[in-house]
Amino acid sequence: MNDDNLNTIVIDDSVYETGLTKKYANRKIYQPVDHKKVIAFIPGLIQKVHVKVGDKVKRGDKLLVLEAMKMQNSVVAPLDGKIVIVPNEGTLVKKNELLVELE
Amino acid sequence: MSIKQKLLDLFRRTEKVFSGGGSKAIEKQAAMGKLTARERLKALLDMDSFHEYDLFVEHKCADFGMDKKQLHADGVITGTGSISGHPVCIFAQDFTVAGGSLGLMHARKITKIMDHSVKMGIPLIGINDSGGARIQEGVNSLAGYGEIFYRNTLASGVIPQISVILGPCAGGAVYSPALTDFVFVVDKISKMFITGPEVIKTVLGEEISMEDLGGAKVQTEITGNAHFFAKNEMECFEQIKKLVSFIPWNNKKKADPIRPKSPKSNYDVDNIIPIDPKKPYDIRDVIKSICDDSDFFEIQENWAANIVIGFARLNGETVGIVGNQPLVLAGVLDVDSSDKAARFIRYCDAFNIPLITLVDLPGYLPGVDQEHAGVIRHGAKILYAYSEATVPKITVILRKAYGGGYIAMCSRHLGADFVFAWPTAEIAVMGPEGAANIIFKAEISGADNPDEMRKLKVQEYTEKFANPYIAAANGHVDSIINPSETREFLIHAITISSNKSELRANRKHGIPPF
Repeated sequence: MNDDNLNTIVIDDSVYETGLTKKYANRKIYQPVDHKKVIAFIPGLIQKVHVKVGDKVKRGDKLLVLEAMKMQNSVVAPLDGKIVIVPNEGTLVKKNELLVELE
Repeated sequence: MSIKQKLLDLFRRTEKVFSGGGSKAIEKQAAMGKLTARERLKALLDMDSFHEYDLFVEHKCADFGMDKKQLHADGVITGTGSISGHPVCIFAQDFTVAGGSLGLMHARKITKIMDHSVKMGIPLIGINDSGGARIQEGVNSLAGYGEIFYRNTLASGVIPQISVILGPCAGGAVYSPALTDFVFVVDKISKMFITGPEVIKTVLGEEISMEDLGGAKVQTEITGNAHFFAKNEMECFEQIKKLVSFIPWNNKKKADPIRPKSPKSNYDVDNIIPIDPKKPYDIRDVIKSICDDSDFFEIQENWAANIVIGFARLNGETVGIVGNQPLVLAGVLDVDSSDKAARFIRYCDAFNIPLITLVDLPGYLPGVDQEHAGVIRHGAKILYAYSEATVPKITVILRKAYGGGYIAMCSRHLGADFVFAWPTAEIAVMGPEGAANIIFKAEISGADNPDEMRKLKVQEYTEKFANPYIAAANGHVDSIINPSETREFLIHAITISSNKSELRANRKHGIPPF
């Protein structure tokens, strides 16, 4: 949809006066991926947690089981590190919610 | 039985089926603010033109007590009729009969009228108002959907296919409309989605209303699944009638011309565009200043509004118009606007409708979201669609035509038959600011006053390159025309192209970047 207030967008260093679409105005600004943070790729239930704070894990080690869409998804460590944050078993998590943080 | 008795018997049987799902169900339909399937046919088609077939079709399901249930006409009305004299095949699902649910015979009635429309070479209109698959019929109702999708696909580009969503259209059912050419939706009545709010809530824990998930506004503003939004059913039918007037009966015909009319005098083509290429204006004013009676029938008005598409007439003949919209996102090409334009171009090409392209864009939209959404793959669709099209292709460059955007917007290089440019056109590899910053980088950074030097160099570049004459000197543009001559040039070009034929290498089909 047109925005009534004229905004500007910049293309190749030129500044254009123009309206924006809702989609453009609401677009998510890109955040670089932080591999130390394991986030929920799907909303679901933390069915089991294999690790606790302070544990040292290797890349590929099982961290927890996230149950979603009737499937038990095994979440593994993306890299070697020490566990800083873990969720409690039985928690319901939303999509993109932080599950585990590594150090 | 005497003949009289037999006639009475027929009358009674007919009346019974005409009662649909009965008075209670009809009251419920009205309470939802919806017309019944029969009322809809009456409102859409020419008076007394509707002829119904398969009135007495019945389902054959015997499971779950279905053998004791009679579903009148099996929940769908099929037939032929006309819209302003144009013949059409039509089906309308009857929500009052078992929620318009689709069983095998219901589907067979639809596929039968679809086969008719292809054989007769006339448009197909489907009015969708159905709770979905008739669960009791199990896999047979899935078979029914599949048979409809198959025919939608085979009929695509052969006859115009129009879908009207006047109720729920959920799950697999939405894929028939998605395969057709134009989808009409009505505020608060149309609901389209693959998985409904309840499933989403149970599985994902996300709460959303049906309206916010897949209502008419969502489908015409966010997803682009639907093409026309109406406030009520009667307005929707008027839109359908208008669309039918613009398109041909089938791919072997041209759209019927009407009596030519001049554009309305309040659209002054000479005074619409600001000379500063960074200032916006409404491209639709330019379209209305050129086309017959200033009557532009816009498609997907509220989705990807940075490109404008629609039908108009020039000298009485239907043309398809694609124009960048400087009023929205400076008229850039992006994922959605490429999808929108590409599909429309292919529609026009399939149905012998000449394409007019009005160019004023700074290029493709920069951004991580665009790149990650696949702007390469989506942007390629517009290149593919224009290059593939063999209908007359006429391009007018109004102002900016920079870089990849210039190529994509039906440039000579993609096979445009005629390329005209206004004297205000700037055909260049990019805007003067960007170009000067690259070409004169050393001079600018080495100057005592870089800002002054930049200004100077931008001005130098603008004077030298921001015009249509270099493109014209290379033959990429055929004529530099006065804006007030545009209509006349376009009409002449269309007349000249009326016998255009372009042979292509024989192939099964191309592989567009879907």
